[in-house]
Amino acid sequence: MHLAYPAVLAVLLFCVGLYGVLARRNAILVLMSVELMLNAVNLNLVAFDVWLRDALHAGQALTLFTIAIAAAEIGIGLAIVLAVYRNRGTSAVDDLRDTAERPDDGGDGGGRDSEGAAADEPDEPDQPAEGKASQKAEAPA
Amino acid sequence: MTFAATGHGTLAAAAPQGFLSPTGVEIAFVLVGLVTLGAAVVTVTTRQLVHAALWLVVALGGLAVEYLLLTAEFIAWVQVLIYVGSVVVLLLFGLMLTRAPIGRSPDADSGNRPAALAVALAAAAALVWVVVDAFRTQWIDLDKPQGTTEVTGSILFRHWVLPFEALSVLLLAALVGAIVLSRRNAARSEDPGTSRPGPAGAPSDRAGDKEQR
Repeated sequence: MHLAYPAVLAVLLFCVGLYGVLARRNAILVLMSVELMLNAVNLNLVAFDVWLRDALHAGQALTLFTIAIAAAEIGIGLAIVLAVYRNRGTSAVDDLRDTAERPDDGGDGGGRDSEGAAADEPDEPDQPAEGKASQKAEAPA
Repeated sequence: MTFAATGHGTLAAAAPQGFLSPTGVEIAFVLVGLVTLGAAVVTVTTRQLVHAALWLVVALGGLAVEYLLLTAEFIAWVQVLIYVGSVVVLLLFGLMLTRAPIGRSPDADSGNRPAALAVALAAAAALVWVVVDAFRTQWIDLDKPQGTTEVTGSILFRHWVLPFEALSVLLLAALVGAIVLSRRNAARSEDPGTSRPGPAGAPSDRAGDKEQR
């Protein structure tokens, strides 16, 4: 097989993922596009590993590691998206511009800023002990 | 380095066929690649969010078939298990939990879509040009399978044991992090703290949390 086929397919998949990351509005669709980009890199790794006939098979080992890290990334990313959705009521990445620099010094976003900061504030130190225990007990379920 | 150099030397001359007389594996690779690419394009362009996740299944499954055609058998099954089996299910759960609209949503794409299209097309043109120019004459010999489960298990547990164990620690950290991130607000709003004195801003905070659900 020509090496150009998997290489070109990986490039095109990466660019499709790039378009999705830049153009999508929903954070979960952005995560899907990131998955497409990671898969393009995986295809490159496998193709070059098979081409070079590496004795250690570094490409395939790295592909497995990338898949595992992508799974971890999607878990953490979805947890963050859900937390943002709980606090803000939206998962559109365009609306999350509270830290953006505005030319008019941001008079409209001030109230939402403080509300979001109050909702984000962690209150684990004053949580009761039985609450923590039940949280730990329910966590694996 | 020496291995790469010798491999390059022996494999560079071995391009027995041109692009105009493809082998059967190449035809299958190109066809599955077209399906994969089309599914990926639909994934990033469709306005129905759940359909995007389902087309992502097609794209990832097509990539698993490509791994099989590249004789990386174990990677293909890992791809099916982890991506199609768990990542897409997680994404669907995320879509449901954030109350994604089932039908067409008019605001799926943001306003910088032309800029994104320009950037993606420029990157695709540049990268395809570079890759084709660099690897036009290279040939992959697929006569001997390179990624059977036996080979992958052997190299993974002989040469890559330490990264493998480090990866398990990373997965544990990600698990704990995901639980902490998703449990904090849930515990606070379910259990409104009868014994907890609570700060002054807590009641309005909880009310806001409930009305957003």
